[in-house]
Amino acid sequence: MKRSLAGWTFAAPALLVIAVFFFLPVVAALALSVTDFDIYALADIHNLRFVALDNYLGLLRNPLFWKTLGNTLYFVVVGVPLSIAVSLGAALLLHSKLGRFKGFFRTAFFAPVVTTVVAVAVIWRYLFHTRYGLVNWGLSWVGIDPIDWLGDPHWAMPTIIVFAVWKNFGYNMIIFLAGLQSIPEDLYEAARIDGAGPWRQFRHVTLPMLGPVLLLVGILTMSGYFQLFAEPYVMTQGGPLESTKSVLYLMYEEGFKWWNLGNASAVAFLLFVLMAAVTSAMMWFARRKGAE
Amino acid sequence: MGFEGEQVAQLLPEFERRNPGIHVDLQQMPVLSAHEKLLTAYAGDSLPDVTPLGNTWIPEFALLGALDPLDEEIAATPALDVADYYAGPWDSGVIDGRTYAVPWYVETRIPFYRVDLLHEAGIDKPPASWDEWRTAMAAVKRKVGPKRYAILLPLNEFEPLLNLAIHDPLLRDDGRYGNFRSAGFKRTLAFYKEIFDNDWAPKVANTAISNVWDEFGNGYYTFYVNGPWNIAEFRKRLPPSLADKWMTMPLPGPDGPGASVAGGTSFVVFRNSRHKAAAWKLIAYLSEPRVQVAFHTLTGNLPPRRSPWKDPSLANDRHARAFREQLERAVPTPKVPEWERIATELRLVGEQVANDRMTVDQAAAELDRRADAILEKRRWMLDHGGGHAAGATQ
Amino acid sequence: MKRPLATAIVNGLLVALALLSIAPLLWMLSVSFMQAGEATHFPPPLLPSAPTLHNYHELFARAGMGRYLFNSFLVSTCVTLLALLFNTMAGYAFAKLRFAGREKTFRLLLAALVIPAQVAMMPLFLLLKQMGLVNTYMGAIVPGMATIFGIFLVRQYARSIPDELLEAARIDGAGEMRIFFQIVLPALRPILVTLAIFSFLAAWNDFMWPLIVLSDQDLQTLPVALASLSREHVQDNELMMAGSVVTIVPVLALFLVLQRHYIQGLLLGSVKG
Repeated sequence: MKRSLAGWTFAAPALLVIAVFFFLPVVAALALSVTDFDIYALADIHNLRFVALDNYLGLLRNPLFWKTLGNTLYFVVVGVPLSIAVSLGAALLLHSKLGRFKGFFRTAFFAPVVTTVVAVAVIWRYLFHTRYGLVNWGLSWVGIDPIDWLGDPHWAMPTIIVFAVWKNFGYNMIIFLAGLQSIPEDLYEAARIDGAGPWRQFRHVTLPMLGPVLLLVGILTMSGYFQLFAEPYVMTQGGPLESTKSVLYLMYEEGFKWWNLGNASAVAFLLFVLMAAVTSAMMWFARRKGAE
Repeated sequence: MGFEGEQVAQLLPEFERRNPGIHVDLQQMPVLSAHEKLLTAYAGDSLPDVTPLGNTWIPEFALLGALDPLDEEIAATPALDVADYYAGPWDSGVIDGRTYAVPWYVETRIPFYRVDLLHEAGIDKPPASWDEWRTAMAAVKRKVGPKRYAILLPLNEFEPLLNLAIHDPLLRDDGRYGNFRSAGFKRTLAFYKEIFDNDWAPKVANTAISNVWDEFGNGYYTFYVNGPWNIAEFRKRLPPSLADKWMTMPLPGPDGPGASVAGGTSFVVFRNSRHKAAAWKLIAYLSEPRVQVAFHTLTGNLPPRRSPWKDPSLANDRHARAFREQLERAVPTPKVPEWERIATELRLVGEQVANDRMTVDQAAAELDRRADAILEKRRWMLDHGGGHAAGATQ
Repeated sequence: MKRPLATAIVNGLLVALALLSIAPLLWMLSVSFMQAGEATHFPPPLLPSAPTLHNYHELFARAGMGRYLFNSFLVSTCVTLLALLFNTMAGYAFAKLRFAGREKTFRLLLAALVIPAQVAMMPLFLLLKQMGLVNTYMGAIVPGMATIFGIFLVRQYARSIPDELLEAARIDGAGEMRIFFQIVLPALRPILVTLAIFSFLAAWNDFMWPLIVLSDQDLQTLPVALASLSREHVQDNELMMAGSVVTIVPVLALFLVLQRHYIQGLLLGSVKG
């Protein structure tokens, strides 16, 4: 009796905060998404109209929505595998018995993770400046003409992808490292006795053992990358030619620039549905492969 | 906002001296996000007492019921002589017959140009029509080669295209529909596209130009269409050797001198302000001709009243002369609350056209499609005699 | 034969990757000490020719960086303290205290992790407006006071507290509150440190929410102020770099000092999950 009450008492403050400041707004967002709440409604609530699924249908018919979706998917499809590969690579390097000064390297690799996105985006915007940036200067040494990294619609998103990978690879690297450290040595011994070289050891011992970790990292990274916003906001304002406008950037503009809260909420929910679908697909796929 | 925000601080001490008991808390806002921030502040009930508001935003805020009508205060302040103001800018603050805003400074966009580079290209007279401008830009490009340009029209700004297009009505039917498929707008868009197709202008955003004034000095481009604050900036930043090698000229139009946008900023008092009387005193102070001349000296911005222009500092300013002439032909933008949004679409489609991703016809149809969609709610509200459907259009 | 080559490759790669990781940060530091306009040259300079504190002076004297620094510290600290209290209590409850609907509620919380926070932002803004919290410090603090991830973290760790310890205390007649403060909290100390670091970092680096809820310049936190500075002062690169340094250094320092705890927490939160 008493313990049950205590349980609720202890959990209540946090649950209350989450209920009021998260669940309630989420439900409200769902409600908003079936109205055409806009600046007229902000002025006078009587200007509000119930529009059922019009916002959703309008978005699905809107080429801009598909463009931002395409941009976001581009970012996810290229960025997630790249990020995982780099993280895994770094983890393998750190795990290797041949490496020295591991503590220092681990810190160096992780440092970008704790930095503020906005602050680092400012640095990268300057590093990739067409005329005065270090990157183009380095390229000029190898005889490559300056590339307009952030001004060319073909290069802007790749630049942002590289930025995101640089910023986050340390995070997944740590998880991989822990995973690697939990693989028993004798498995490797057995493989070595069977005559397997390092590459085959990797494929047949490391990767399978890392299965669950890979899945987890994949899902975490993917869901994080779907929420791309800060980088385009600071570095490119969604341009050039809207090539870096992500779905959340669209939501921000609809919601906070134009105050079309109805439409913006619909964008957010569409994104959520997409993320849930992709996550489920990944988990189903993993179960099939026996990794779960 | 922006540069003006930094400079007006210098005028405040005298105001506070003359009005002991009133302290002005100056908050600066970056220009790029000012619109969002003000709307957010409105939604969050955290607006300041008085703000200089971009003219094009006045219909929006008036519709929201955020602004206090100022007719009474204006009538009670004889020093604020309405007849002394230029008609266009004053009119942009009048919505449905009531005055919500008092112009602070006006601006419009005209070309700044390098006299010496133009001369080297063989052009001795500044172009006065689009045809003459075409000739001039082609000549300059031939002279400067592939790595430099004749004109800078940043793709992340809507002002360049808008100023070229404003001589035609951009919306029709009292702001219910877009008018972008008209022959007039298509001609403008074709001219805009031609400039990029011929490589007279670089296909860049202004962020790719690390410093617009230095690059003008470097001759990276010969024409730069922008506003009056650049007079002060160029004088400050260009080396002395270039001091008399640049000039301003009226904006060319299709067949002769052209129209431009009557932009600028006007003071508004917010309805929820608790210090309206003090706010009005500040507005009256900053509207005094003498103070307006001082402000001009600080920023290069142009007074919206005719009497300050008589002051020698303005009357003898050779760079300001073209602006004075242009202001007579300045035209307000359509007074619909959705204008900011439509202008953004104009820029986005313009960017596509400049990059040869759309033809002029495709772009015009697309702009009409987008404008019509944005104006749908306005049509609904006008048809239902709804709420506060404010604003007449051009 | 193979060993020296392999060793060289591994260490070489480590060095290269480390360089790529921290080079931008080092360069940021270098540019922040350069004279105004020095960085807009080709070829770009690597080191300042005449190091100066001018940019920092500008930041603090004219751009009001001191205020933003204070705001960030205030908001982050408040969020951390509140989050520590709320999340710990809830995490312990989910781990050790039986109550009706405990497992169901917890599963619901986990499921909610999938929902991106941005979905809630706009209605949350309207809600806070009704509560009068928009454009106040509380508005920036309140949504971060309890997080699902924080509760999860504490719960994972709290499960390892031996039940016998708690039972013994109850038999001795101690009330639940006393048990919490005198037994549980000390036992949870390592995870508390981790949670504190997580909360502080998240609050310090948070960008989108403070951007939306804090319109008054005086209240802005560092990331927001830096973003608006950078969009305005596209030309003043040296100033921007100095701003970045001021924004990054506190959290980087915190991390360097407490990295062991942070990394531990990360592992606890993810590997088991």
